[in-house]
Amino acid sequence: MRQEETLIEIRGLKYRRGDKVIFDGVDLDIPAGKVTALMGPSGTGKTTLLRLITGQLAPDEGTIRVAGQEVARLDRSELYALRRRMGFLFQNGALLTDFTVFENVAFPLREHTDLPEALIRDIVLMKLQAVGLRGTVDMMPSELSGGMARRVALARAIVMDPEMIFYDEPFVGLDPISMGQIVRLIKQLNETLGLTSIVVSHDVQEISTVADQLYLLSNGKIVGSGAPKALREDNSPWVRQFMQGLADGPVPFHYPAPSLEEAFLDREDKE
Amino acid sequence: MRLVRELRDNSVEFLTSFGSAVIFFLRLLAYTPRALLRPRLVLRQVYVVGAESLVLIMMAGLFVGMVLGLQFYTTMAKFGAEQSLGAVVVLALVRELGPVVTALLFAGRAGTALASEIGLMKATEQLSGMEMMAVDPVRYVIVPRFLGAFIAMPLLTAIFNAIAILGSWWVAVQLMGLDNGQFWSPMPDNVDVFDDVLGGVLKSVFFGAAAGLLAVFEGFRAYPTAEGVSRATTRTVVMTAMAVLVLDYMLTAILI
Ligand SMILES: Nc1ncnc2c1ncn2[C@@H]1O[C@H](COP(=O)(O)OP(=O)(O)OP(=O)(O)O)[C@@H](O)[C@H]1O
Ligand SMILES: [Mg+2]
Repeated sequence: MRQEETLIEIRGLKYRRGDKVIFDGVDLDIPAGKVTALMGPSGTGKTTLLRLITGQLAPDEGTIRVAGQEVARLDRSELYALRRRMGFLFQNGALLTDFTVFENVAFPLREHTDLPEALIRDIVLMKLQAVGLRGTVDMMPSELSGGMARRVALARAIVMDPEMIFYDEPFVGLDPISMGQIVRLIKQLNETLGLTSIVVSHDVQEISTVADQLYLLSNGKIVGSGAPKALREDNSPWVRQFMQGLADGPVPFHYPAPSLEEAFLDREDKE
Repeated sequence: MRLVRELRDNSVEFLTSFGSAVIFFLRLLAYTPRALLRPRLVLRQVYVVGAESLVLIMMAGLFVGMVLGLQFYTTMAKFGAEQSLGAVVVLALVRELGPVVTALLFAGRAGTALASEIGLMKATEQLSGMEMMAVDPVRYVIVPRFLGAFIAMPLLTAIFNAIAILGSWWVAVQLMGLDNGQFWSPMPDNVDVFDDVLGGVLKSVFFGAAAGLLAVFEGFRAYPTAEGVSRATTRTVVMTAMAVLVLDYMLTAILI
């Protein structure tokens, strides 16, 4: 077996927004050529972590290295060079609303390559075919449903054949058929092209079928990691609660708030 | 005390905004040569911005010209000076009213459209999306829109002036009965190409830079929410109007 290479290495990551500490010492390794899933309750900072890795945000402390380069130290052109090797699927798609579906998917090709129009057309149609939306080429993003928009965004994220791809919640709002299709696509991209995939998801079932490795985030820390099977048998209360979807446990369902009594008493005082 | 504090806070805010607008402007200038090498995006924006404002500018030009014709004719007829009417109207328009009114209308129509468009692109993560595709949104979105406004402003001003002159001619000559020759003949002697016409063009160039800069600046730094975008839109109009009037005074003082 080939020696496992680490593509993304995070050490001692700390990040806060205002007073709120979002990451408090996170260490994380993402192996090349594998599917790594980041899971955690809503609002733990999964999207924030993807933004930190891709250099959209800078950490307060700690280092993030992608392919040997420290992201926060790169200048603009180095960062852009690195990003050309990345695909990023935004949680809401982030399609360009002035462009048709075709032009959206063709956008990175037009900006970064001098390919002839016929070839661009072939590549775009091929990628749209892969997400099952070749029929939408001439539609505007506003005419697509949320799930369709996300699939078009996925086609756009893979159009440059990146080395690594970040999926922010790729399964939310998809019907079971397209969900299965996207799961297969993620697997297929990973297997045939050796793509490194980083998937953020809440969907324990779906993600377990594709991921080689899972990381569980909660309260600014990694609370569990390992292969899906190992995690499912993990006995730590954090992991059990998340993997089995229990309401009770160390992960609070409620966002931190004053106690109910205080909140209600406070209101009475004001009246 | 409160008034003092508020004044202080406001001026601090104004100065920091002004400072960041200047820095932003320098950044835009640094990108400009490359943007002009690929003029497709810029020309498209000149077209969009121009088309948005064209009808408004033409209507406004017509009525401003007609009002000038009417006002000056009745006033000047009292002194028996109506034969200077054409020259006076042209001077007022070319030196002052054309650039200023065009810039104010432009801020209300195209400036707000630019600011809200950019703010919305930010709020819907389209700008972040470009960043992630290694396309610099400043180069792709901001600079072409700034240059589009910058180039469109003198053109719109010229159109405004031409129509306003025709409007005043129509009122003075067709309605009030001034002699056609009396309207046109004093112009060559009294309107100086360098002092008057170029001075006006210079103003509209400055106003174009200010209006374009403030619109893209406010849009680009808008807080990415519905309220943030609407605030950016309002600020665009207010700030541009202020900037245009202040610049107008300074330029007039320098040019005279
Ligand atoms: N612009 C912002 N300003 C202040 N706080 C923010 C901002 N964006 C996010 N946060 C905070 O950062 C935390 C992490 O947000 P993030 O979007 O990364 O969560 P997430 O794990 O992706 O959640 P979800 O699963 O719901 O998408 C949240 O608690 C949120 O309150
Ligand atoms: Mg998220």
